Amino acid sequence: MDALAAQFFDLSIMAAALPMVIEGLWMTLALCAVVVPMGLAGGLLVALAALSPKRWVRWPTIALIDLFRALPPLVLLIFVYSGLPFAGVRLDPFVAVAFAFLLNNAAYYGEIYRAGIESVPPGQMEAARSTGLSQAQAMAWVVLPQAVRNVLPDLVSNTVEVVKLTSLASVVSLSEMLHQADLARSVTYNASPIVLAAGIYLAILWPLVRLVGRFERRMAS
Amino acid sequence: MPPILELIGLRKRFGALDALADVSLSVAPGELVFVLGPSGSGKSTMLRCCNLLERPDEGAVVLEGRDIAARGVDLDAARKRIGMVFQAFNLYPHLSALANVTLALRKALRLPRAEAEARGMAALDRVGLADKARNMPGQLSGGQQQRVAIARAMALEPAVMLFDEPTSALDPELVDEVLAVMRELRAAGMTMLVVSHEMRFARAAADRVVFMDRGAVVEQGPPERIFEAPRSERLRAFLSRRA
Amino acid sequence: MGFADAFLDMAVIARYAPSILSGMGVTLALAVLIVLAGTAAGLALACLRATGSRRLSIPIVIFADVFRALPPLALILLAYFGLPNVGVSLSSFMVLFTVLALVLAAFAEEIFWAGIAATPKGQWEAARSTGLGFRSTLLWVVLPQAARMAVAPLTNRAIAITKMTALGTVIGVPDILNQATTAVSFSGDASPLTLAALAYVAIFLPLVIASRRLERRFQWRRL
Repeated sequence: MDALAAQFFDLSIMAAALPMVIEGLWMTLALCAVVVPMGLAGGLLVALAALSPKRWVRWPTIALIDLFRALPPLVLLIFVYSGLPFAGVRLDPFVAVAFAFLLNNAAYYGEIYRAGIESVPPGQMEAARSTGLSQAQAMAWVVLPQAVRNVLPDLVSNTVEVVKLTSLASVVSLSEMLHQADLARSVTYNASPIVLAAGIYLAILWPLVRLVGRFERRMAS
Repeated sequence: MPPILELIGLRKRFGALDALADVSLSVAPGELVFVLGPSGSGKSTMLRCCNLLERPDEGAVVLEGRDIAARGVDLDAARKRIGMVFQAFNLYPHLSALANVTLALRKALRLPRAEAEARGMAALDRVGLADKARNMPGQLSGGQQQRVAIARAMALEPAVMLFDEPTSALDPELVDEVLAVMRELRAAGMTMLVVSHEMRFARAAADRVVFMDRGAVVEQGPPERIFEAPRSERLRAFLSRRA
Repeated sequence: MGFADAFLDMAVIARYAPSILSGMGVTLALAVLIVLAGTAAGLALACLRATGSRRLSIPIVIFADVFRALPPLALILLAYFGLPNVGVSLSSFMVLFTVLALVLAAFAEEIFWAGIAATPKGQWEAARSTGLGFRSTLLWVVLPQAARMAVAPLTNRAIAITKMTALGTVIGVPDILNQATTAVSFSGDASPLTLAALAYVAIFLPLVIASRRLERRFQWRRL
C-alpha cells in the first residue's frame, strides 16, 4: 500500500512537477483553443458537402469521411509530422498537430452535424423556403439551429474526445500537459506527475462527461 | 365459498397523497368484479397492489388463503397465479406474438419448448389470433396487441386476472374485440378484477361493481343497483358526469 | 525528392511489407481481445447497476466516468511506467490490452445502461407480472431491447477505441504503426507509413462502412 502511494501519489514530487505540468496545461489549452473551433467549423463544411445534392461533391466527401474515420489519429499525426518532411514539407509540431487533428476531427464532427441535419423534418426547410428565405438562409437560420440542438450531447461528447486527443501531441514532442508530466516522470522515476496531469484532465473533463449524461437523460425522457 | 383474492385494510401513500386509505375488497371464485371511479381515485393503485407491483404500506393481500404482501413470500411464484393486462399492452417488441405468450411458460414455469408452444397456441386461439402467432407486435393493431397481452396472461392459467383499463389506449373501433375476448373469458369461469370506464361492459358482464373515490371504496353492489339506484352523493355525481 | 518517391517507393514497400503484415496480426489480435473483453465487462457492469443497489452502482459510475474522462495515453503511461515499481510487471501488450479494454468497458457500460434505462417501465412490469424474476426479466425482456439500442453507438465506440491500439507504439508494442516507424528509420523513406495507413484502412474501413449500415438499420422503432 505504501509502495503504491509512494509510486503514484508522492505529494512532494507532484509539487515539484507542478510548474512544469502547469506550463504543459497552457499548451494543452492553446491546442484545444485551435483544434476544437477548427474541428467544429471544418465538420460543418464537411457535413454540408456530404449532404450536397450534387453527387460529385457528396460521394468523395463521404469517402474521405470514412477514410479519416478508419485511420487512427496517431497514424495521421505521424504521417503529417514524420512523413511529410520526406517530401520536403517540414511543419512546426503545433501546426502538424493542428492539421492532423483537423482531418480526424472534421470527419467526426461532420458525421454528428450530418445526423443532426437529417433529424430535422424536411418540412422545416420547405416552410422556410416558402417564406422567401434562400437555401443558405434557411439552412443557417432554421435547420442548423434545430440540428445542433438535437445533437448537442454528441457534439459535447466528441469535444471531450478531442481534448483527450490533444495528449497525442506528446508523441511528437509538443510540450503539452501529458508530455511535460511524462518528462517529469522520466526524471524522477516516479509516476506521480502523470497522476497529477490525470487529475487535471479529470477536473476539466469530468464536468463535461456529467453534462453529456444529463443531456442524454433529458432527451430520452 | 372462500374468496380467491381478498384485500384487507390496504393503505398506500405517495408523498403527501393518500393513494389508498384503508381499502378492503374480496373477489369470489368465478366472479367478475368491476371497479370504477374518477381518475386519481386509487383504483389502479389498488389493482397494482394485488400482484405487488405496488407494495402497500399496510394491509394484507390474501391470495388463495395466503397473505402475499407479507415479508419473505416468493412473489414470482405468487404472480404466476395472478394474470395482469395493462392499459399500454406492454408487449415485448422484440418477440413474436407467440414468443410473448410462451416466454413466462418457458422461463418461469420451465415448461419444455414444445409444450409451451402448444399452450401458447391454444391461448392465442382463444383470443382469435392463432393466425398471427408469428407476427411481431409492431405488425398488429392495438386491439390485436391487447388480445395477445390477454393470451400472455391467460396462458399461465392464473387463479385470477387483473385488467388495468384494458381498452383506454385503444381507438374506439377496436374496443369491442377486446371486450368480446373478456366476455368469453368470463363465460369460461375466469375470476376477473377489472378497472375500466366501459360502463356498458360493466352492466352486461359484471357480477359486482365497486365505486372508488379518494383512495377508498365508497359503494359496491350488483350493477343494476349501482347504476339505477346509487346511494352515495359522490357516485351519483360521478354517474351524471359520465352519462 | 518528389512525393511519389517519398511515399510510394516500391522497393521499400516490398522490403517492409512482411513486418507491416506481422504488425497487422498484432493489431488485429489486440482489437479482437479488446472488443470481446471490453464489451463483456461493460455489459456485466450495466447489469450489476440495473440491480439498483447503490453500493454497486456508485463505484461503477465513478469507474465509467473516470475512464471516459482520462486520455488513454495517460492511462497507458501510468500503467506501463508506474506499475512495475509497485511489483506488477505487465508486458507492453498486456498493458495496452488492459487499459483499452477498461476504457471500452467504461463506454460500453454507459451505452448498455442507457439502453436498459430507456426500456419502458411497463416492460419490467409486464414480465414481473407473469412471474418472471429480476434476472429472467433482465435477460429475456430488457437486455434484448437494450442491446438493439446499443449496437450502433457501441460499434462506433469500439472502432474508435481499437484504433487506439496505435498508441501501443509509444510503449513498444509491435503493432502496425510501430513496425512502420521502425521501418521508416531504417529505410530513410516514408513509404512504410503509406503501407501502415493502407493496413489500417484495410482493417477499419470495412468496419466504418458497416457501422454506417448498422446505424440506419437499428434505429429502433418503439411501439
